[in-house]
Amino acid sequence: MNPEFWSLIGEKAALAGAMIGFSLVVAMYSTWAERKVAAYIQDRRGPDRAGWGGLLQPLADGGKLFFKEEITPRHAQKFLFILGPTIAMILACMTGAVIPWSTGFEWGNSVINPQIADVNVGFLYILGVLSLGVYGIMLGSWASNNKWSLMGGLRAASQIISYELPMGIALITILMISGTLRLGGIVEQQMDGYWNIVLQPVGFIIFLVCAFAETNRTPFDLPEAENELIGGYHSEYSSMKLGFYLFAEYINVFISSVVLSTLYFGGYDIPFVNDGKLAESSGMNMMAILHFLSLFIKACMFIFLFMWVRWTIPRFRYDQLMDLGWKRLLPLALANMLITGFVMLYFFNN
Amino acid sequence: MELLTNKAKQVDRRPMNFWEKLYLISIFQGMWITLKHFFGKKVTVSYPEKKRPFSPVFRGLHVLNRDEEGRENCTACGLCALACPAEAITMEAAERLPGEEHLYREEKYAAKYEINMLRCIFCGFCEEACPKDAVYLSQTVPPASYKRKNFIYSKEDLLIPVKKIEHKEQNLTN
Repeated sequence: MNPEFWSLIGEKAALAGAMIGFSLVVAMYSTWAERKVAAYIQDRRGPDRAGWGGLLQPLADGGKLFFKEEITPRHAQKFLFILGPTIAMILACMTGAVIPWSTGFEWGNSVINPQIADVNVGFLYILGVLSLGVYGIMLGSWASNNKWSLMGGLRAASQIISYELPMGIALITILMISGTLRLGGIVEQQMDGYWNIVLQPVGFIIFLVCAFAETNRTPFDLPEAENELIGGYHSEYSSMKLGFYLFAEYINVFISSVVLSTLYFGGYDIPFVNDGKLAESSGMNMMAILHFLSLFIKACMFIFLFMWVRWTIPRFRYDQLMDLGWKRLLPLALANMLITGFVMLYFFNN
Repeated sequence: MELLTNKAKQVDRRPMNFWEKLYLISIFQGMWITLKHFFGKKVTVSYPEKKRPFSPVFRGLHVLNRDEEGRENCTACGLCALACPAEAITMEAAERLPGEEHLYREEKYAAKYEINMLRCIFCGFCEEACPKDAVYLSQTVPPASYKRKNFIYSKEDLLIPVKKIEHKEQNLTN
């Protein structure tokens, strides 16, 4: 093997490690933020005992989860029972691989692109991994040998199937506009022109609603519906296996936020700033950091939106959920796709 | 139907149209409300640092009073025990011996005076019944404990309230 290969492997491994570590920290502090946002919306103050403003609360929660008793139900399928949260966690960490986090860093003589895999089907990869995520839930709920869990798993499966369709169709409009499935290409195209939110507001709303459904967040948290299904798919889980499920949800929220900002809000683009001038005045590395911060701030706003919605809207009934997915979002997404196609053919056909 | 108050609000039962069934408008309305609460005033009292003051008529832990010269007011007449609806007070009377005038105000005093705080309902009837201004209900609450016997307050616990309660807490932790 030549040294270039090993340096590439090392670079990608370091990037993957950094990405996973970063997602984990963000997910950790999302739990804290979730509790704070919930408290503030309910006129409370939230956790403020552990550390300044309760900032050590996630560590305390994590430590508690590690030391809790681990219970495997006697009639559970042991292998699948462990496999469920593992799959959920692995897939949650996998999604971030194709996201362009920023522009390139200068490292010695080479430029390191902070994107783990710049595959030309980045789009499809995200769709695929997101829909695989339901296997963690399904396996876990099946292996628990508990009727509530199974109900939760069934709901999760049908919900994800129903919402994948409008999501995919909303994405097709982006594909029509940008003409590429590469996420990096989509970002570059938005940096030069308008952000996709301007061009595709309806598509954005559809994608947003579907992102809520795919991450099983309220108002689409039917799989875990605490008051009907006693925690749903994870009602038999305890200790860090439960922690993995909860953590995977927060990582998914973070990655979904990043995907949303990448696809519709220009990714790492800093609005109203000319990147050529920025690179001249502050250098490549500084610009990369600023770009990364820009993406991160956009993602944080989406995380806040996820939480804001969770503490505002009650859960949908199951028939309402199906109704919304199949009878409202799907026709709307189809109409949006057709209109976009028509406009592109009629006005920009050259 | 005649309305008792004008608080009743007529609910719109018409079937929803397509846009209403997308729920978007009502969701934005709801989110506006929660956003206002997000930036609104918080009602939480950070308890151990800040304490909400009790009402002036609050009836808490009992205190056995002394007069200006530090002598016990209680003469063990038993009216408080008689008035007590929960039968929380027990006492034994004793006669003052010569040379104990600096301890007890009158010839008779309570050798034993116990209030069971688990029975007590803090109604304040003992305070009302007392002819000698001896028993009062203070503004403190009995501290929590794991043992029943710690809730039976003896005369020593009641007589000098603040110091004795602290002392008792120390004993509990030890």
